[in-house]
Amino acid sequence: MFRFIARRLLQTIPVLWFIVTATFFMIRFVPGGPFTAEKAVTPEILRNLEAHYGLDKPLYEQYFDYMGNLLFHGDLGPSFKYASRTVNEIIADKLPVSIELGAISLGIALFFGLILGVIAAVKRNSFFDYLASSVAMIGICVPTFVLGPILVLFFAIHLGWFNASGWYTNIDRVLPSATLGMVYAAYVARLTRGGMLEVLNQDYIRTARAKGASEFRVIFRHALRGGILPVISFLGPAIAGILTGSFVIETIFQIPGLGREFVNSAFNRDYTLVLGTVILYASLIVILNLIVDVVQVWLNPKLKFE
Amino acid sequence: MPTILPSEPIPEEPIELEQGFSLWSDAWHRLSKNKIAVFGGVTLIVLTIACIFGPLLSSYSYEDQNLNLGASAPSMSHWLGTDTLGRDLLVRLLVGGRISIGVGLCATLVALTIGVVYGATAGFFGGKTDAFMMRIVDIMYALPFTIFVILLMVFFGRNIVLLFVAIGAVEWLTMARIVRGQIMSIKKMEFIEAARSIGLGKRRIIFRHMIPNVLGPIIVYTTLTIPAVMLLEAFLSFLGLGVQPPLSSWGVLIKDGAEKMEEFWWLLVFPGTIFSLTLFSLNFLGDGLRDALDVRSSKD
Repeated sequence: MFRFIARRLLQTIPVLWFIVTATFFMIRFVPGGPFTAEKAVTPEILRNLEAHYGLDKPLYEQYFDYMGNLLFHGDLGPSFKYASRTVNEIIADKLPVSIELGAISLGIALFFGLILGVIAAVKRNSFFDYLASSVAMIGICVPTFVLGPILVLFFAIHLGWFNASGWYTNIDRVLPSATLGMVYAAYVARLTRGGMLEVLNQDYIRTARAKGASEFRVIFRHALRGGILPVISFLGPAIAGILTGSFVIETIFQIPGLGREFVNSAFNRDYTLVLGTVILYASLIVILNLIVDVVQVWLNPKLKFE
Repeated sequence: MPTILPSEPIPEEPIELEQGFSLWSDAWHRLSKNKIAVFGGVTLIVLTIACIFGPLLSSYSYEDQNLNLGASAPSMSHWLGTDTLGRDLLVRLLVGGRISIGVGLCATLVALTIGVVYGATAGFFGGKTDAFMMRIVDIMYALPFTIFVILLMVFFGRNIVLLFVAIGAVEWLTMARIVRGQIMSIKKMEFIEAARSIGLGKRRIIFRHMIPNVLGPIIVYTTLTIPAVMLLEAFLSFLGLGVQPPLSSWGVLIKDGAEKMEEFWWLLVFPGTIFSLTLFSLNFLGDGLRDALDVRSSKD
């Protein structure tokens, strides 16, 4: 197990290096820079600005400077658009909001998805099964950027239960997290149902029943452990999806998170902020994928030998 | 085949018996029994025809503004209402459909081509080549591609061609894995060995025996890639990175509608419904095809 984790950790290093390097050079080869505004600055000011941010140095030197600062100080540099703020400060400011949104959404997805999926599998072809399938169908076919505005239209504007946008009180968390979590709840429900149906037919479930275990125990202690495996392997893509999905959700609900900041920074060509956010998101996704893989092997040791 | 004695009754349709059912007629038969998949297929055909020919039949154009009218609710003259510039929503929806469906098909074609060639190469050669090629796929799987597509669209202009090349370049990974797996499993099967043993040429084995067996999963996965691609296009358009005005795609219309939904609900509800209906149809047609062609690989 330890060797497995170590090997996977070693594999993530080239992936992360590739992401940083590719993004760094992609941004530099793009027409227009952070200081191209509608109101042109005089060449002297532009030169001073570039000298201040080190943009006048040769590209490779900038790259090594950046990598050095990143590796040895964890420093992502100053922001080009927000004068006097560093990328680290902006991320520290905005990331907790996005993490909170993502965590609640993932919680919603797992909670409702698992419950719906288990009920659908146990009460196969019953009313609950069809209800669960219908909910899952809506979640899969109605994208977040349609579902979100419609939920706002109905629950916030028509019924007046929630605020249409903002991120101030706990009640403001409901609509955005529900919108983002719904899609993944649907996938989780479908995968749980499939996984449970496969497991429930197996011999060890019959053995558990034969030994007199209660139905509740059979389902939640014996079957769920195997039935949940497809859900675990889906968690990697789901987390990546929730992270990128938050770009849209934060735009719809005007949430001051890192997702909205990333899209804005890309529009503003705020090189360092774009680079910083990409590195952060990529590392998050890569590391969470690693954790998911480890959990998967822990639950299903057969995978270790494949 | 036993010889039929004159005294035995002659089977009514001996040709039918000899031919049996081909894979495709059998799959077609099973698919046509799946009501929800048939519904999806019919909806898609109707929507596509409407998007291609509908705007030609309308007296409005997608860019004709009528500022005196402004945003008007659905009526006899404008069936789905008009937007704030007085443009007919139905025509804009159909023209937007051309873009959305077009991007969906083109990007899927890009993904299909890369994925099939890459996967078949890896599967066919096997060994070290295969290990190396699939290692690359594994690494690329770990990359946050949506973020890269956003960067590409921001930096290199919102160009439609770039849009579907970028999306296609993202979506080929799973196709490559599926094709490789299929080719690998088929290579060792008895019927390929049997085909070899009766002296069939390589080309005949590949085209008559391998391809028909790999085509099923490819078709299924293609049908399921199209909605994923359309979703990504709409996602980018919603962020303001897709198609630019006065052209519209469904993502753009949904974005506009979401901004104005408080006063003009129809601007959000109709594009949202049509888009969801399309995703629904494609997903269920894909599921139906998978059942019909009995593809064992899981969706993810």
